[in-house]
Amino acid sequence: MKNSQRTQKIAFFFLFLAALLVIVPVGLIVLVIIKKGLPAMTWQFLSDIPRQGMRSGGIFPALIGTVYLVSGAIIFALPIGLLAAIYLSEYSRDNFLTRMIKLAIVNLAGVPSVVYGLFGLALFVVFLKFGASILSGSLTLGIMILPIIITTSREALESVPYAFREVSRSLGASKWQTIRHVVLPNAIPGILTGTILGLGRAAGETAPILFTVAAFYLPRLPKSIFDQAMALPYHLYVISTQVPNVDEKIRYGTALVLLIMVLFMNLVAVIIRYHFRKKKKW
Amino acid sequence: MPARKIKEFFIEKLILICGLLSIFFVVLIFIFLLKEGLALLKTIRPFDFMLGKKWYPISEPPQLGILPLILGSLLVTLGAALISVPIGIACAVYIAEIAPLKIKEVLKAGIELLAAIPSVVLGFIGMVTLVPLVKNIFHLPTGLTALSGSIMLAFMAMPTIVSIAEDALYSVPKSYKEGALALGATHWQTIYRVMLPAAASGILAAVMLGIGRVIGETMAVMMITGNAALMPHSILQPVRTLTATIAAEMGEAVVGSEHYFALFAVGIVLFVISFIINVSADLFLHRKRI
Repeated sequence: MKNSQRTQKIAFFFLFLAALLVIVPVGLIVLVIIKKGLPAMTWQFLSDIPRQGMRSGGIFPALIGTVYLVSGAIIFALPIGLLAAIYLSEYSRDNFLTRMIKLAIVNLAGVPSVVYGLFGLALFVVFLKFGASILSGSLTLGIMILPIIITTSREALESVPYAFREVSRSLGASKWQTIRHVVLPNAIPGILTGTILGLGRAAGETAPILFTVAAFYLPRLPKSIFDQAMALPYHLYVISTQVPNVDEKIRYGTALVLLIMVLFMNLVAVIIRYHFRKKKKW
Repeated sequence: MPARKIKEFFIEKLILICGLLSIFFVVLIFIFLLKEGLALLKTIRPFDFMLGKKWYPISEPPQLGILPLILGSLLVTLGAALISVPIGIACAVYIAEIAPLKIKEVLKAGIELLAAIPSVVLGFIGMVTLVPLVKNIFHLPTGLTALSGSIMLAFMAMPTIVSIAEDALYSVPKSYKEGALALGATHWQTIYRVMLPAAASGILAAVMLGIGRVIGETMAVMMITGNAALMPHSILQPVRTLTATIAAEMGEAVVGSEHYFALFAVGIVLFVISFIINVSADLFLHRKRI
């Protein structure tokens, strides 16, 4: 008996150690980026174009490029993702087709990001002749975040109690009216969470935009959706591997801005989720 | 009244179409990869492509054998799996079974945080911290090695492995645990002999999806493995993975050239690998419990 107690102690100690091994580096990474990136955070850094071959100046065009790309991706992915989620939660039956759709979503979520880049290149840039442009990049990112939006929206829709639908239908509302006026309003927080998580993912991805939109160096703002653009994650890749002798401060500063952008969106998603879970009426 | 009926008819059809779009996109991705990738077959046999030992895409004539890239991916992935699977599962057990509520919340928040950090940021951090560390510890000419890539990727696979394995542990019926404890087993014996076997298929899915994440990871790998497209001999040498090859070379490949087609063929290989991993992980996840 004593022996098994000791074994348990040793085992639990190692489990604790494993948890530490995962969590401590995360904390360290965030701390290091904040500590070394903070000195670079000036208004000029955020609002100026990159200068001297990206060795000084700011990141404004990359910041704006990412904002454009992310907006474009969400304009494309949100309506499709939401309607697809409505289909799965309200209309689909438990049959072969539904299983295929779910499998397709799992696969979309698992396709390597660089393969999305290839796909975007072949379809949007070359085949549809959009060229390397914000349009091509946004569409590629949009398809990539589709599974996130579908999955979270579907969970939100399915968590609306079935009784709500029954009451609405028994009052004479049609199926669509029920969805539109009863189910959707109650699912909005969850849908919003999914959308924001999708935004965060799109903002941080590099590989899908490598060949579809990203400009190595473009010291002006894009003029239309058929224009190339710089993007923050690609810019970080470029200044940390492709351009020699970039001041460490600028690298860390760029990493920090990207990190803040992504973490801010995740934080908002968490807050919305938490807030509405507390307020839930059922 | 009929006007409303017509409107709803169209809305419902639109919903159906959007529901089907996921299937459409998967098929579309595959078709476009095939369309560009299969053009390579005109100049090179599949056997020579998959098992050729030389990847010199811009020499004349180009040598397009992806064996070094496949082995590079395998080596990095294997290393990452060896590190991340035991640590990830142990971390999941700690969170699901042992950690007090407060610590559990901190751990879960930290892992969500890790999942949110863009891979290019992790690649950058790996470059400035991990790479010099590996270089100094092993006295290497460069720290850009398969080992650095494995460590970084192991770390990046953690959120997937931990959260899915944790879910699997939660879904073990409570009566199993209570039964074991009532028979006098210690908590650890219960975990080791009852909980883990009962959650085995979910944990297996967690491991597979984690590995899928590792194989598909691009930016961090490209930034810290050194990108030498040679047959790998040791984990302390630079290697080049399938993903990094596409990302690094597509920018320079001329549209319609043999090199361009070859990179799409590499994309097909990656797509098929991720397809197999995801479908089988899905089967494990949704296997009916008896």
